[in-house]
Amino acid sequence: MNFFHKYSSPKHFYPLAGRLIPWFGAITAVLMMVGLYWGLVIAPPDYQQGDSYRIMFVHVPSAWMSLFVYVVMAVGAAISFIWNIKLADVLAASSAPLGASFTLIALVTGSLWGKPMWGTWWVWDARLTSELILFFLYVGYMALRASIDDPRRAGQSSAILAMVGIVNIPIIHFSVDWWHTLHQPASVMKLGAPTIYITMLIPLIIMAIAFQMFYFTVLLVRMRNEILEREKHTGWVADIVDGRG
Amino acid sequence: MRLWLAVREVFARDIVVTLRRSTEVLTPLVFFVIVVSLFPLGIGPEAPLLRTMGPGILWVAALLASMLSLNRLFAADYADGSLEQIALAPQPLSLLALSKVAAHWTLTGLPLSLLAPLLALQLDLSGRAITMLVISLLLGTPVLSLIGAIGAALTLGIRGGGVLVSLLVLPLYTPVLIFGAQTVSGVATGASPAADFALLGAFLAFAISLAPWAIAAALRVSLD
Amino acid sequence: MNWSRFFAMGGFAVYVWSAYGFAAVVLTLNVVIPLRQRKTILKRISRFLRFDQGDQS
Repeated sequence: MNFFHKYSSPKHFYPLAGRLIPWFGAITAVLMMVGLYWGLVIAPPDYQQGDSYRIMFVHVPSAWMSLFVYVVMAVGAAISFIWNIKLADVLAASSAPLGASFTLIALVTGSLWGKPMWGTWWVWDARLTSELILFFLYVGYMALRASIDDPRRAGQSSAILAMVGIVNIPIIHFSVDWWHTLHQPASVMKLGAPTIYITMLIPLIIMAIAFQMFYFTVLLVRMRNEILEREKHTGWVADIVDGRG
Repeated sequence: MRLWLAVREVFARDIVVTLRRSTEVLTPLVFFVIVVSLFPLGIGPEAPLLRTMGPGILWVAALLASMLSLNRLFAADYADGSLEQIALAPQPLSLLALSKVAAHWTLTGLPLSLLAPLLALQLDLSGRAITMLVISLLLGTPVLSLIGAIGAALTLGIRGGGVLVSLLVLPLYTPVLIFGAQTVSGVATGASPAADFALLGAFLAFAISLAPWAIAAALRVSLD
Repeated sequence: MNWSRFFAMGGFAVYVWSAYGFAAVVLTLNVVIPLRQRKTILKRISRFLRFDQGDQS
C-alpha cells in the first residue's frame, strides 16, 4: 500500500517512470523483431488466404489494444474523478492519443486485409464498424479535453465522458453485432482469424505482447511530459531542469 | 412532496420559457422536414428505393434534428445564472436535470415523432411501417435527449461547444439508431419487431436510471 | 531465405506491405511526437527558470 501511495505522487512517479522507460523500450524492440520475423518469415501461408493473412499480426493486436487502452483510460478517469488522484488523470490523458492510434491502425489494416478477401476496401463488417465507432469515441474524448482550458475541469469533464463511453461500449458492440447478423450478405466471406495453427498463434501472441509493451513505453513518456507540464512551477521540476544544465 | 413540486416547477418553467421563443421549437422540426425532403432529390424519386431507405432516412434525420436543439437545453439558464440556482437547490440535481430533459423532449422528441408519419408518407412507407416508426421514435427520442443532455452539460460554456456536442454524442446514439430504424425496416421483410422494441425499452430504462447522474455530475463540473 | 518471394507475399505484397508500412508510420509517430514534445517542454521550463532567476538578482 505504501508503495502505491508513494508512487501515485507525480514527484516520485516521474523518476520511477524514467528508470522504467529504457527497459520497456528494449523489451518492446526485441519482441517486435521476434514477432515480425516469426510472423512474416517462419509462419507458413494460410491454405485459404495465402500470405494476406499475415496482416493479422498487426491488425489483431491493435484491435485488442484499442479496447484495452479505452478500459485503462476509463479506469484512470474513474479513479481521478472519484478520489481526485492527479496521476490517474495524467494516465487517462496520456492514453487517449495512443488508443486512437491503435484504433486507426486496426481500421486501416482491417481495410487492407478486407480488400483481397472481400474485393472492396470497406465492408460494414461488425468488427470494423465497432472499431470505427470506437475511433469516434476517442476523437470526441480528445476534442473535449483540447477545448477546455482549465486543466481541472478538462480532467473532470473528460472523466465523465470516458465513464459514459465505457458503459456504452458493450451496448454499441452488441448492437452492431446484432445489426450485422441481420444484414449479413450471404456471399461475403468472414474476415477474421483463419484456422489458427500453433505456428500462427505464437507470433500473434508475441506481437500482442509487443504492442502492449509499446503502449506502456510510450505511455510513460507521455505521462512524464504531462507531469512536467502540470508541475512546471514546483521546485522539484526546477531541480530536474537545472540538473540537465 | 416538496421534491415533486420542484421537479414539476422546473419542467413547467422550461416549457413556458421555451414556448415563448417559438423559433427554438420550430427550427428542429423544420430542419427535420427539409432534410427528409432533400433525400429524394439526392437519391432519385423511385418509390421502391425510397421505401427501402425511408426508415433509415427518417431515423437519421430525427436524430440530427433532436441533436440540433441540444444547445438550448442548458445554455440560456447557464448564461443568466439560473442554472446555478437550480444546482444550489436542496433537491437532488439529478432529478431536476431529468425534468429539464423531459421538458426538452416534450418540445422536440414528441413533436418530431408526431410529425414523422407525414414525412413517411412522402417516402411511401406502408401504414404498418408508419405505426412502427411513431412507436420507435416515441421510445427512442427520450434516450437521445438523455444522452444528448450529458453532452450538452459537458460542453457548457466551451468555445465551439455546438459542434463538439455532436462529436461527443453521435457515436453514443448508434444503438438507438440501429434498433429504432430496424423496427421500421423489419416491416418490409416481415421480421417481428418485438425484440427491437424490447431493446429500445431497455435502453430507455437504462438511460433514465443512469443518465441523470452523469448529467448532474457534468453540470457540477461545468458550473465550478 | 528467398528475398524476392518474401517481398512478393504470395501476390498480396501491396496489401501486406502497406498494412505493415502504415502501422510502422503510426507507431513511429507515436514515439517521435512525445519525445519532441518533451524537448520543447524542457526548453520552455528552463527559459522560464532563467528569466525567473534573472529577475531576482
